[in-house]
Amino acid sequence: MAEIGRRGLLAGIAALGAGACSKMADSDTGRSIFNAAEDWHRAAHRTLAGRQRLAPEYAPEDRSPSFRGNGSLTVDSDFYRAQLGQGFPEWRLMVDGLVERPLALGLADIRALPQRTQITRHDCVEGWSAIGEWTGPQLGTLLDAANVREQANFIVLRCADTLYGREYYESIDMVDAYHPQTIIAHALNGEPLPEKNGAPLRARIERQLGYKHAKFLTGIEAVASLDDIGQGKGGFWEDFAGYQWYAGI
Amino acid sequence: MRRHLLSTRLWHWVNAVAIVVLFMSGLNISNAHRYLYWGNYGFDPADAWAKVIRFPAWTTIPQRYDLAEARDWHNLAVWPFAVGLLLIWIAMLVNGHFRRDLATGRRDWTPRAFIASLRAHAGGKPAAGGYNPVQKVLYGLVFGVLLPAMVLTGLAISPGIEPAMPWLVEGLGGRQSARSLHFIAAWGIFGFFVIHVVMALAGWRLIGEMITGGRRREEADHG
Repeated sequence: MAEIGRRGLLAGIAALGAGACSKMADSDTGRSIFNAAEDWHRAAHRTLAGRQRLAPEYAPEDRSPSFRGNGSLTVDSDFYRAQLGQGFPEWRLMVDGLVERPLALGLADIRALPQRTQITRHDCVEGWSAIGEWTGPQLGTLLDAANVREQANFIVLRCADTLYGREYYESIDMVDAYHPQTIIAHALNGEPLPEKNGAPLRARIERQLGYKHAKFLTGIEAVASLDDIGQGKGGFWEDFAGYQWYAGI
Repeated sequence: MRRHLLSTRLWHWVNAVAIVVLFMSGLNISNAHRYLYWGNYGFDPADAWAKVIRFPAWTTIPQRYDLAEARDWHNLAVWPFAVGLLLIWIAMLVNGHFRRDLATGRRDWTPRAFIASLRAHAGGKPAAGGYNPVQKVLYGLVFGVLLPAMVLTGLAISPGIEPAMPWLVEGLGGRQSARSLHFIAAWGIFGFFVIHVVMALAGWRLIGEMITGGRRREEADHG
């Protein structure tokens, strides 16, 4: 009796566990529990680090010998290849959406703004890290120049690249948009941004994982809600594979 | 008096579930980049100190490679794990469980005490009232080192935590070192888990006691 009970109990627990896991992950309740856990992490991080605390910055000698490119390594278009060869003379970064004064900025305009240079660590969701020196204007500078409206709750980062046939995009809330280290980088280690790292422009969202740092930027759009952007989950990886929108964990 | 307090039993089973979920989802996450490094950065396999095997799907949550869902499970299960660890430590210190049953004295650390504990076990004599020196040292290692190490190294590899606790990442030798230590401590806990489950299955009564509370054998406490 005890023997059967023991084996039965163990088998039952194992079967229940495996079954319950896949059931829970697929259900709406399961999804909302996962989302709640993600929200608690974000709330805990924001409570501990506040709005302004900086990610660590390193000395030049701490940089990794190279900076890995991952995800999209180029933009598959004739326009991009032509621009890449010429130093992106016709590339434009749109700043629009819920703003008073939409902007269309060329690279020269972006380089003419006050710049921030920071040596930071890039952590990929896969687990690896690289360290590099990034230069560019703070996103907050661009948003102030365009005069973002009060109703804006998120900033959507629009990109030229596609992955698996979809346009890459990402989004952040206004806290991260106005974080001092959130910059629109046009240079890596003192050189114009390499192709594999998102030339000519990429976002640096230093308190979150790498997939938030959108590359090949074409637009910055202020929105009230993410529901009508892409499939509504706030980013390419979020829509495509269920990645966490808050990538600070 | 019960052998196991309600707080101990509740924590034990909640933590058991949390650890299994964390470990199995962690193996899935490990499959995303199977190299471990020391220091702050690391992405080139040539710089890795270890290449980890690809963990087969039956060992992972979910039972296929899915980094996003594995992270969902990991980020969920860490709440009962980390909060539970904090609460059980407070409970153990307040209710005397730590001082009475787990704290070791100098006599517990002698080779003679270790050998005597192992002999008693091999002889089939179940531990009398309290824990023997080997058990105390192992539980101490798990409660005092491995479980807290999982929480601290886990916090250290979260980019959203680092601005609040940069000293933690520095103290662990950098972000990739923290990730390596997270991996090593997880396998330390796995080793304990295997021994623990084998021992518990050998004495089926012990599992029942961890559910019902059992009865403390008063006379044996002095033996």
